[in-house]
Amino acid sequence: MKPSAFEYECPTDLNAVLGFLGEGTDTRILAGGQSLVPMMNYRLVAPERLIDINRVHGLDYVREEDGQIAIGALARHGDIKASALIITHLPIMAEAYGWIAHAAVRNRGTLCGNLCHADPASEMPALMQVLGATMVVSKSAGSRHVPASEFFLGTYETVVGADEMLTEVRIPIPEAGTGWAFQEVAMRKGDYAWCTVAATLRVTEGRITAPRIAVAGLADHAYRLEAQEAELDGAAPGADVFQTVAHAAAEAADPPDTEQISADYRRDLLRTLLPRVLRAAVGRAGH
Amino acid sequence: MMKTAISFTVNGRTREAFVPPRMLLSDFIRHELELPGTHVGCEHGVCGSCNVIVDGKAVRSCLMFAVQADGSDITTVEGYSTDAGLHPIQQAFWEEHGLQCGFCTPGMLAAAKELLAANPDPSDEDIREAISGNLCRCTGYEFIINAIRSAGKAMREADIQNTLQPV
Ligand SMILES: Cc1cc2nc3c(=O)[nH]c(=O)nc-3n(C[C@H](O)[C@H](O)[C@H](O)COP(=O)(O)OP(=O)(O)OC[C@H]3O[C@@H](n4cnc5c(N)ncnc54)[C@H](O)[C@@H]3O)c2cc1C
Ligand code: FES
Ligand code: FES
Repeated sequence: MKPSAFEYECPTDLNAVLGFLGEGTDTRILAGGQSLVPMMNYRLVAPERLIDINRVHGLDYVREEDGQIAIGALARHGDIKASALIITHLPIMAEAYGWIAHAAVRNRGTLCGNLCHADPASEMPALMQVLGATMVVSKSAGSRHVPASEFFLGTYETVVGADEMLTEVRIPIPEAGTGWAFQEVAMRKGDYAWCTVAATLRVTEGRITAPRIAVAGLADHAYRLEAQEAELDGAAPGADVFQTVAHAAAEAADPPDTEQISADYRRDLLRTLLPRVLRAAVGRAGH
Repeated sequence: MMKTAISFTVNGRTREAFVPPRMLLSDFIRHELELPGTHVGCEHGVCGSCNVIVDGKAVRSCLMFAVQADGSDITTVEGYSTDAGLHPIQQAFWEEHGLQCGFCTPGMLAAAKELLAANPDPSDEDIREAISGNLCRCTGYEFIINAIRSAGKAMREADIQNTLQPV
């Protein structure tokens, strides 16, 4: 199908974007269009007005600032994936990008658009929680900083208000020696996840410290496995403890049961992927 | 309906048009520019048959609005060959039977062009990755992979620069 008619604005500076958003009509930001345009083509959404941010100057950066990587609203998946800063400081993100969509989609899709779209089976919302990212949410009156763990509310739902825009994501550079791993099972290459597991941790004197684990595809939004993190914190790494936490996480999960894939199967995936991810993360940690 | 004036280059020619904002780039290319080589399958970004090259990058033309192409440089499949003949990637698809019905071919060629511009000697794994966003219902993919491998070889041997700009 074709999208229904809309008004189109294409401002070149951020203040103008925020001004349009504050006007109160049924307005959406058009970033990469890789989620919004399919939904418009299907007429799942029919906004009255689109604010195209693709010509706004100075939003396409990936840069290092005060021990953090700052990623602007127009930084595209493909450029982030290939960025030397990301490959050096956040290799888990570069790896996860191998699982997200395809080259032509990554050429236009943006990280910020992806996070605002908030698909329950999307990888980056899980990764942002593992990495402890901060979301900079802006409107004309000013910006607020929202931790990734509080950003996602549900399917296609975030804390970003109708008059607001996600202008930047800030990701702390993990301490040297942090181990990491990312694994996923999806129906086809580049599809949304059936189950994604991402983790970072450190190993100090033979004990796991600062474990952070998040999953996607198992609920209406990605979430941290806080109980399992607590269990692992201070534990000696090993197959037994990995199995124990994986079983507990799978028991606690309440995944969607769909015709294509059952809740039980998703739980099985979590039980299988979590120990693999933990093993790989421990293997990468500096001891 | 409100229309917006745009100007852009397609296959090396400068063009101007008035478009309603809701017109997809894919429809604009096919119906307004009358370049039907760009195919439309799913219209939601999944099949890749509508891939065209915009400002040096392969993109889904069904997920862009024509107004967004204002000032851009677009190459469609019609822009790959020259008076001298088919582009070496097209030639390789022909020789290696990289197509049957041809529906997916324009999108496959755009993906292949982008891959070979960045990586003139790709592994089969690289080729599979590059076409992972393009669905083919006929060939079983193996012949497409053979075609892209062989195009890379032919272009390296002839020292043909594969830029993403029109030839
Ligand atoms: C074939 C295909 C496969 C895909 N596979 C995956 C996958 O495996 N995993 C995955 O995670 N994604 C996948 N995607 C989606 C892709 O990652 C999109 O790029 C992303 O979800 C949206 O980013 P965008 O910049 O294109 O946003 P748009 O489509 O432009 O916008 C998406 C939504 O966010 C809003 N928005 C955009 N930017 C902002 C902002 N800065 N502030 C506030 N609101 C904003 C828009 O108004 C809209 O509601 C796939 C897409 C396709 C077409
Ligand atoms: S028609 Fe554009 S991706 Fe299928
Ligand atoms: S040749 Fe028929 S779809 Fe690929």
